[in-house]
Amino acid sequence: MPNLTLVLFLSTLLFSSSFAFQSDELLLDDEEFGLEGGSHPRSPEPVITDSPPKQTPSIRRRYSDPDLDSKIQFTLEHAFGDSDFSSAGTFSARLKTWSHGGQTLTKLRFSRNEFSDEEKDAFQNLLKGDDFYRIRLPSNVVTPPGREYVIASVRARCLPRDGLDEHIVIHMDGANILAVSYGSPGACPYPRQLKLPGKWTFNSHTILKSSEQAPRTPIFTEEILGSSENMEGEAEAPVERSFWAKYWMYLIPLGLIVMNAVTQASNMAEEQPAGSQGQAPAAIQRGSAPRRR
Amino acid sequence: MAIRVSLLLLVFLSSAVVSFSLYEDQVGLMDWHQRYIGKVKHAVFHTQKTGRKRVIVSTEENVVASLDLRHGEMFWRHVLGTNDAIDGVDIALGKYVITLSSQGSMLRAWNLPDGQMVWETSLHSAQSSKSLLSVPINLKVDKDYPILAFGGGYLHAVSAVDGEVLWKKDFTAEGFEVQRVLQPPESSIIYVLGFLHSSEAVVYQIDSKTGEVVAQKSMVFPGGFSGAISSVSSDKVVVLDSTRSILVTIGFLDGDINFQKTPISDLVKNSGNAEILSPLLSNMLAVKVNKRTIFVRVGGEGKLEVVDSLSDETAMSDSLPVADDQVAFASAHHEGSKIHLMVKLVDDLDTVLLRESIEMDQHRGRVHKVFINNYIKTDRSNGFRALIVMEDHSLLLLQQGAIVWSREEGLASVTDVTTAELPVEKDGVSVAKVEHTLVDWLKGHMLKLKGSLLLASLEDVAAIQEMRMKSSGRSKLTRDHNGFRKLFIALTRAGKLFALHTGDGRIVWSMLLNSPTKSEACERPSGINLYQWQVPHHHAMDENPSVLVVGRCGSDSSAPGVLSFVDVYTGKEISSSDIGHSVVRVMPLPFTDSTEQRLHLIADTEGHVHLYPKTSEALSIFQREFQNVYWYTVEGDDGIIRGHGMKSSCAGETADEYCFTTKELWTVVFPSESEKIISTLTRKPNEVVHTQAKVSTDQDLLYKYVSRNLLFVATVSPKGAGEIGSVTPEESALVVYLIDTITGRILHRLSHQGCQGPVHAVFSENWVVYHYFNLRAHKYEVTVVEIYDQSRAENKNVWKLVLGKHNLTAPISSYSRPEMFTKSQSYFFAQSVKTIAVTSTAKGITSKQLLIGTIGDQILALDKRFVDPRRTLNPSQAEKEEGIIPLTDSLPIIPQSYITHSLKVEGLRGIVTAPAKLESTTHVFAYGVDLFYTRLAPSKTYDSLTDDFSYALLLITIVALVAAIYITWVISEKKELSEKWR
Repeated sequence: MPNLTLVLFLSTLLFSSSFAFQSDELLLDDEEFGLEGGSHPRSPEPVITDSPPKQTPSIRRRYSDPDLDSKIQFTLEHAFGDSDFSSAGTFSARLKTWSHGGQTLTKLRFSRNEFSDEEKDAFQNLLKGDDFYRIRLPSNVVTPPGREYVIASVRARCLPRDGLDEHIVIHMDGANILAVSYGSPGACPYPRQLKLPGKWTFNSHTILKSSEQAPRTPIFTEEILGSSENMEGEAEAPVERSFWAKYWMYLIPLGLIVMNAVTQASNMAEEQPAGSQGQAPAAIQRGSAPRRR
Repeated sequence: MAIRVSLLLLVFLSSAVVSFSLYEDQVGLMDWHQRYIGKVKHAVFHTQKTGRKRVIVSTEENVVASLDLRHGEMFWRHVLGTNDAIDGVDIALGKYVITLSSQGSMLRAWNLPDGQMVWETSLHSAQSSKSLLSVPINLKVDKDYPILAFGGGYLHAVSAVDGEVLWKKDFTAEGFEVQRVLQPPESSIIYVLGFLHSSEAVVYQIDSKTGEVVAQKSMVFPGGFSGAISSVSSDKVVVLDSTRSILVTIGFLDGDINFQKTPISDLVKNSGNAEILSPLLSNMLAVKVNKRTIFVRVGGEGKLEVVDSLSDETAMSDSLPVADDQVAFASAHHEGSKIHLMVKLVDDLDTVLLRESIEMDQHRGRVHKVFINNYIKTDRSNGFRALIVMEDHSLLLLQQGAIVWSREEGLASVTDVTTAELPVEKDGVSVAKVEHTLVDWLKGHMLKLKGSLLLASLEDVAAIQEMRMKSSGRSKLTRDHNGFRKLFIALTRAGKLFALHTGDGRIVWSMLLNSPTKSEACERPSGINLYQWQVPHHHAMDENPSVLVVGRCGSDSSAPGVLSFVDVYTGKEISSSDIGHSVVRVMPLPFTDSTEQRLHLIADTEGHVHLYPKTSEALSIFQREFQNVYWYTVEGDDGIIRGHGMKSSCAGETADEYCFTTKELWTVVFPSESEKIISTLTRKPNEVVHTQAKVSTDQDLLYKYVSRNLLFVATVSPKGAGEIGSVTPEESALVVYLIDTITGRILHRLSHQGCQGPVHAVFSENWVVYHYFNLRAHKYEVTVVEIYDQSRAENKNVWKLVLGKHNLTAPISSYSRPEMFTKSQSYFFAQSVKTIAVTSTAKGITSKQLLIGTIGDQILALDKRFVDPRRTLNPSQAEKEEGIIPLTDSLPIIPQSYITHSLKVEGLRGIVTAPAKLESTTHVFAYGVDLFYTRLAPSKTYDSLTDDFSYALLLITIVALVAAIYITWVISEKKELSEKWR
């Protein structure tokens, strides 16, 4: 029986939602980032924005921990429509190296740069033209840009709400970024209405997702089969259903007949008050009785 | 225990499965099966003895078959595996067919009359090389004359009697390539001529009994050899040097080697590169130079002289000994609508033994191969018959100036299939008489009545069966009410279109994409794909539908494409155009213009897309939807999937206003060290989904996530991309993805550790079913993934629906954040799979069946209910009522549910399904070397009566009932009257 529950557990795992991600979701918090950053205090956001756009994301690794955890940074770059990519923010995370050689990213932090004035103009143009706002990430965070950049894009009109809401899902495989999903956290139905953002600040949600393991196919060994068979044997003993549930199909016609008979009998009683023996069968026979005479 | 389990399983299966099987007498009523062999490579005639004359052929589809020379029927046929290409075929000892296959590593003998395998010998092979089969011609059963087979660096001598390897000679060390083997009769010495590193000719003399090298001579040729070798006589071969401009005659008489060089420019003026053609002609050789074929006679001292020249399009046969020590050969060439076949003596080209011209169908193309055979005519002179292989791969036998028989072997290599409707029955057009007369009709129904009342005699049963087989309108060329009659348009590798009728499988029309009469820039386009171009609904009576055939002028993907529009009713090419750009992807758009031509986008290698048809109307329709057109490309080698959107017209670069530039919107980059794309799949664009919602057992509602823009991708570890079992479970993992092709979002990602491809998948509605190998369990597995939409999950309240407060009619956008969840479940499946398809019906109401093409070349119909992720071990009563089957670890294979019943679709490659008009029914067409068609009703024909329904019985029953009512009424009246008189 424990085996059975195990199998059931496995099968419920199958049905469980695919959103079982290994993630660390956090809104941007500069101060916390500063704390996480350790000894190197990072320059405030506007500085990065003002700095000339970097074409390759920078990586700084600091071996703060004796185990193989290392801090890692990679840049989010954006492009307005068909423009070139420029730096838009920085991800920092902890790269954990497991004993079996695998690497995973944990504690992802994201600091988004403010839009500069030119970028605001460019974004407004995008909004007018219902064009694409594109972002890209390196496909490998250890040796950026890896093989190729991972690009995602969204219609610019999907982003503005109160501020600019963005939702970034990064699909990881070890230290590789497979794909990034980018968009607004809510719905963005077509036709998209032109709406300028109230505030030019980004409200970012980031999620890291790694691959989900497929549950193993349930293997029914002899024992499990035996127990399940027993179970079925029990199940085959009919569950005691209520009387009504079992025989309703007979009871309803019977009830109708009885009712019919009763009404007929009562009618007859009115007609022949003297004939006190007016039973239903007799009443039915009455019709044919005169014919015989 | 096992018995009880299997008994339980049996009971459960018999209760759960609607029987799909058919009765014996229903075979052939709805289905047809056609057997083919493919394009013939070699042919060996067997006509010596009295009795049945036959020809043994081996084909490019790896088939070895024996055909009846009189009628062209197959005596027997064997389809070898896809990797088991036949290199040589011959007849040994007059009773065995010997085949050498798999690059000279498999030698098999088949019994000539019945095709039974006599013996099979696996030959040792160390490297890949060309292979050579040499079978002694004499009929003596003797170990002195072994079969010699060269392949993989080894020369093997194999006894023809039992396949025993007598000896083998290892040439792998030297890198020696055997070119010719000569076994002089009445001699125990075998001469083996070969090249060492393409520059040194070596002749070995080998004792045929022991395999020992008696003598060895070699000679270096400084120029080096290249290309084919032509053996002109028993001791001379001719070969080209590496510059392809000098013919080298190599004599190896008695083991001595001598070279004789003749520049081709001495033979022909202004010669370019030459090519030696394959035919074996004695003392003569055929060289293709300057687009002409020249015949060069090889004199006694190796002197070469040109004796004749023919146009390029001439096919030639090997030489054939005829009476009086003379040798003849046949040549065939096309001229207009005729084929000219000539048989000449090799020694004297002016002596034409036979000159025939045969009227030939334009749509067969040029002659590719000729094989000749001679026979003695009634007047004791020599007669010739020729087996010719045409450009469309068809096989014909010519004799006495006529086509004796022909086989449409092009259909063995179908590459793409689409369906088309038949013309609507018009009033004016008289349709072939269906029910001949009333008497016949009555007779037929009386027979059926007899049959259903079990009164029929054996002859009657046969008559009923025959009547059913050619029943009424099965093969009419008009549309029927139920949509059972349709055309399957099949494109073959040879570039020929065939229209096959679903009723009886006959070829309604066929069309070669390039007829030889046309002079085009593109000589020989190869067809890639077929698309529905125009399907008229509004003007179905007076407009014909058409299909678009996209072809390519060369083999590489950057070659310019060719479009051809073909009328489906007549099989005539409406127009064809050279489009001047390459074809990477063809995307049918969901828009049609006013003439109901579908808009297509064709992407080229430069990242531009081109709109077809090139009309201003199409352009205006397209520009309206310009913003909403997206497409994606899969770069399988790099492991990158890119999404693209439209950018602008490429007017800046070209004046073509139908050309558009695109921009990259998203990329998915699979890490090259851990993932390699092995399979991608999308939903069929024309699939109909009946309902979005699925009611589950607890009165809960699940909304299917139905999107046309989903891409299923399967990747494996690069190590695991090889054959099954080549890696350990730890090294291999299979990852599957569902990707939205508009935004590049990964909606679902699941990794199967210890699993390996090949992955065969099918995608329909909101589910994917895929098949792969589990290395840990050593079994094949099938996994189902179903995706459900959660953003609509709140629309359960009836009041919300009544008051219109629901978002069911709101447009879905890929840019909205997807709220969906998936359910999946894996099952073991006992068979390896070649292809999977799913049934499709007109409205999508009927439940679906998976059609699994198994390794045994059969098609198994498996209810989708078996691959439901909601199956549990002990389904509750409510779940049982809904039809959920208790969970088992493996999927059942029920022998009755093979829709191919006892037949095999040899070399199965694909299954195509198409809906009939009747909701319950779907057409299934499977192609491989064979073709198979049947009609399926996954939930039985709930909306129509079966063909064999006896209307007469119904009528008689009604009449009898009416009569009985009348009689009883009369009797009761009488009785009442008599009672009243009492």
